[in-house]
Amino acid sequence: MSVAAVRTGTAPLLPMLATQSYAEFVKLFRVPAFSVTSIVLPSMFFAFIGLGQAKEPLFPGSTVTFGAYFLASMALYGVANVMVLGFGISLANERGQKQDLLMKSTPLPAPVYFTAKALSALAIALISIVVLGLFAAIAGGVHLNASQLLTLGVRAMLCSIPFIGLGFALGYLAGPNSAPAVTNLIYLPTAFASGLFFPLRLLPNFLQNIAPYLPLYRAAHLVWDSVGAPTEGESISTDWLYIAGYTVAFFLLALWAYRRDQGKKFN
Amino acid sequence: MATLGRVSTPAAELVNASKRYGEVEAVRDVSFVIEPGEVVAMLGPNGAGKTTSISLMLGTRKPTSGTVRLFGLDPNDRRARSRIGVMLQESGVPGVLRVEEIVDLFRSYYPAPLPTAQAIEMAGLEEKARSLVKDLSGGQHQRLYFALAICGDPDALFLDEPTVGMDVEGRRRFLEEIDALATKGRTVVLTTHYLEEADQLARRVIVIDHGRVIADATPAAIKARVAGKRVTFSTAAPPEESQFAGLPLNSKQIEDHRVRLLTSEPEEVLRELFRRGVEIRDLEVAGADLEEAFVAMTHHGAEK
Repeated sequence: MSVAAVRTGTAPLLPMLATQSYAEFVKLFRVPAFSVTSIVLPSMFFAFIGLGQAKEPLFPGSTVTFGAYFLASMALYGVANVMVLGFGISLANERGQKQDLLMKSTPLPAPVYFTAKALSALAIALISIVVLGLFAAIAGGVHLNASQLLTLGVRAMLCSIPFIGLGFALGYLAGPNSAPAVTNLIYLPTAFASGLFFPLRLLPNFLQNIAPYLPLYRAAHLVWDSVGAPTEGESISTDWLYIAGYTVAFFLLALWAYRRDQGKKFN
Repeated sequence: MATLGRVSTPAAELVNASKRYGEVEAVRDVSFVIEPGEVVAMLGPNGAGKTTSISLMLGTRKPTSGTVRLFGLDPNDRRARSRIGVMLQESGVPGVLRVEEIVDLFRSYYPAPLPTAQAIEMAGLEEKARSLVKDLSGGQHQRLYFALAICGDPDALFLDEPTVGMDVEGRRRFLEEIDALATKGRTVVLTTHYLEEADQLARRVIVIDHGRVIADATPAAIKARVAGKRVTFSTAAPPEESQFAGLPLNSKQIEDHRVRLLTSEPEEVLRELFRRGVEIRDLEVAGADLEEAFVAMTHHGAEK
């Protein structure tokens, strides 16, 4: 019995998840086009836009510096960027190279594969925040207290979760060649329209009208609030509700896109 | 659980399985049983339905009708998947992982895998263990796929065109490893274009044409089906079609001055060729090999 059990058993899931997560991390990290842009770009934007006025107050009389405010913006930009581009482009590429074909014939359960992908993207996102935080502190003299830092980090990471779903959906909807263009075309304008680079009041009216419905706009409120720069008007619980709603919506979209793709290939 | 390990459970089984892609019927009402420990070659021209048959056994394609079992289970059952290793045509692997990293990754999917070094050695990739997958040559890629197929120490291997792109040495080593696995009682199902491979490895050949099984027997029995001889010779002048008109031939191949005929009446054919004044050199007459049998079967013996 026991000998037969060895030959007819299945591998334990936790070590499988650990090995798969490591492999997914390495797969992302060793592609400089992805890892360098994900990790360096937020700091670079901070250098271009935030450094010059890092110590100025956000607005006359404010106790929050522009540096702290823009650090929060770029932390959010960075993590969401990892999710949309990391997931989107890498999934589209893997489909293009028919890697899913071989994976499908192994005993690797699909949920383990996707959890590993999510964990690896979260790890890269965390690195991007840490690098940005260090850069802002050292080059810009932006010093947040421990509780602000922790709140910012946790909120940025939580707010990245709906974008895992979005990246996942784009990865299954876009082709391998169009994925970089499609993900950037969706992500960059949304980041602008949500006020991550320039305050909303400087943007055209139609964008100001759309902004409140964008997930990044809601996430931006949450990270700005964490560094002591709350937005007037609605409370942050409304923002959390939007984030939760978008998480559900994007994951359902991702599930639909995944099933559609699998149905085409494996029926 | 114990029933899964019983020797009597077939490794793979297709019962009246059909697969249709839109208008195309890739596999039509196919039934066969592959017992544990068998080494089976699936032969057939391109588009005959070999890959689709393998996909049905692996569960990567669902039959339009009929049933498919893998170790007595649904092929998508993780317990069944944990007992097989596969090599597929056209599948990709992440290029930025090292050979040993990806073998390690695939090992983690299986309950009782081989040591990483052993799987890499069996595939003949020892010197490339630290290389990135994207730096491997075509033949080395194929060896890597073999390493990934065997690293879980599977009971059954499904290999779709495994030696495509391998160099001579790689192929020799690969065939030795397959033979060793077969000796250990492992089940091997492979598709191949190289008939000598099927002849050398398999104790059973399933010939598929137009989605149907047209033969299922030992290589010897399949060869015997073609009651004929292979007549090979060269000619001094380029051979002309008219010289072969009306001869009792099953097939004819002409390349430059070299002529290969398949006939059940070699004496009659040669007598007639001499009478027609064809200058024959390097004459060989031999029993038909698997390739001729295969050509004769899949072309229904028709001669253009």
